[in-house]
Amino acid sequence: MFVQLATTTDTAAAVADSDSGHQVITISLFLTFVAITLGITIWASRQNRTAADFYAGGRSFTGMQNGFAIGGDYMSAASFLGIAGLIALYGYDGFLYSIGFLVAWLVALLLVAELMRNTGKFTMADVLSFRMRQRPVRTAASISTVVVSIFYLLAQMVGAGELVSLLLGISSQAAKNLVIAGVGLLMIIYVVFGGMKGTTWVQIIKAVLLMTGAGIMTVWVLAKYGFNPSELLNAAAGASGKGEAFLEPGLRYGVESADATKTLLSKLDFISLAMALVLGTAGLPHILIRFYTVPSSKAARKSVLWAIALIGTFYLMTLALGFGAAALVGHEAITKQSAGGNSAAPQLAEALGGVGTTTGAIMLAVIAAVAFATILAVVAGLTLASSSSLAHDLYANVIRRGKVTTDKQEVRVGRISAVVIGAVSIALAIPAQSLNVAFLVAIAFAIAASANLPVILYSLFWKRFNTRGATWGIYGGLISALVLLIFSPNVSGGAVNATTGKAASLFSDPSIDFHWFPLNNPGLISIPLGFLFAFIGTVTSKEFNKAKWAEMEVRSLTGAHAEKAVSH
Amino acid sequence: MAEPPSTAQSPAETVNWEEVQDSPDFAHLRHALRSFIFPVTVAFLVWYFTYVLCAAFARDFMNIKVIGEFNIGLIFGLLQFVTTFLIALFYARHMNSKFDPEADKLRDEIEGVA
Repeated sequence: MFVQLATTTDTAAAVADSDSGHQVITISLFLTFVAITLGITIWASRQNRTAADFYAGGRSFTGMQNGFAIGGDYMSAASFLGIAGLIALYGYDGFLYSIGFLVAWLVALLLVAELMRNTGKFTMADVLSFRMRQRPVRTAASISTVVVSIFYLLAQMVGAGELVSLLLGISSQAAKNLVIAGVGLLMIIYVVFGGMKGTTWVQIIKAVLLMTGAGIMTVWVLAKYGFNPSELLNAAAGASGKGEAFLEPGLRYGVESADATKTLLSKLDFISLAMALVLGTAGLPHILIRFYTVPSSKAARKSVLWAIALIGTFYLMTLALGFGAAALVGHEAITKQSAGGNSAAPQLAEALGGVGTTTGAIMLAVIAAVAFATILAVVAGLTLASSSSLAHDLYANVIRRGKVTTDKQEVRVGRISAVVIGAVSIALAIPAQSLNVAFLVAIAFAIAASANLPVILYSLFWKRFNTRGATWGIYGGLISALVLLIFSPNVSGGAVNATTGKAASLFSDPSIDFHWFPLNNPGLISIPLGFLFAFIGTVTSKEFNKAKWAEMEVRSLTGAHAEKAVSH
Repeated sequence: MAEPPSTAQSPAETVNWEEVQDSPDFAHLRHALRSFIFPVTVAFLVWYFTYVLCAAFARDFMNIKVIGEFNIGLIFGLLQFVTTFLIALFYARHMNSKFDPEADKLRDEIEGVA
């Protein structure tokens, strides 16, 4: 998913300079994955008959299958490489990310998953617009879905370009562009032909590969320390050059300095990040639509339980990978390859097998191929979420005012939208390569938590909630998050690097500085604002649709007349 | 005033939803859900933000070593994993035993299953 996959652009100084033998293996393994998933996509395309097949995989996946697919959707290359890298370089502070991402699933499980499954059909907007005026609410929800998904997509695609240069030693700009276009083309094929069914299987396979790869490395690392985690921590702290501080909070977040204001701001920024992490997940459109792929709300519950088990186990494993990389690869070797630490996990794989040996080359190749597979599965899920919202919400219900009657028409529009979204994200990702991946992902999570979560919760639980509340909440949360980001140190006036003289901002020229919002993450302010705007909008409008509220509440709790699985 | 919602299905239109919503059975069902999810959500969010605040402002406390290299900060973090797993299981058990039977009964009544 994210963290700081490309906080640096120096990643082109690749791992590959040591040995190019693994590159052949990496590429063959990756092509095998592509061949298998394309085969599945062709098989799935023959099963896509109705709109429910295309958008929701016929609602016929089991809870366990969907749990794996959610894991595949959520655990991206950046969370695999990024969190392991953060732990490898900053020790304890990398762990904070894992915790936020995991606890976030309780919000999805307890408050959102089952009730959404019972009331919606294909998209997040189905639930938000249930008892409201359709057109304004669907338009707003569709805009925020596409904005969140595109930022997230860009993060993944820019990350893919970085990964390739990192793992295959390709550093030319043309080659990076080609990789981004290739990833974009593959995701369009997956979604256009495979629909939700094909995409889900791609994610399931990827989740199994990722868990297996991470599992093997975890056991291997622990075995080196006699299965005593305390020994591992001791070795990691020793090799990190930071000593005990490596196992304590504060190396990266909430950094304490002599300036009391700076220290406080740094700590507030950390709290803001923690807030966006825990509240963002349940507002991510590509995660929400996964609840529609199962036959019932009980299956939706089961899928989240599986997802929590998988994601929790995965994040525990990243602890071993991160501390393992710190101990076995070492701080200097990691930062030499990539200053952000994104190469830590592949470097650890090589170190475990033995640097310069065949086993080392194979391990590096396997882990690199798993990372590629991971990116493909995540971008396919994001493309599907945004194209179904464009087709189902914006086209069918807003432009055609619900007069698109045949399934064939809806599916065709869905496919066209997927091509459009894919083309737009390729076109945006190529010039966006200089952007920081963490920045792109921060936007996605902050908007999801500020624009989507408040209105989802109000619409499910607050009787009085209405159309104005929904639109004010979405636009208010969206705009606050975006405005605060534009005027944050992410964009201008970031800390200046003493050696390069460049600011850690989108505008790296320190003389361009128009920031006035001191935090990097807007969540602390924009999430409460999202709730507040939705509240004010609601209480200033008299609209209340009693009949639809009754239908929505009864349906969401009992599952009566919920969308059924498609039987072929 | 309202445009026809696209989610409406013809069988759903024949149901008197307001009557069901006002029934004591439904009030009981709503209570079974809300009396669990609201307090538990508040509890895990308080627990999570306590951890976050400690990591930011109570560093001396977090740095106390407990067993081997494990300090309170690491154990506190691992406990977040444990409580997440436990709350998820606890929720599933509550729903299976207290919520599902009542919800299924009401659903069958609404859908007219004999």
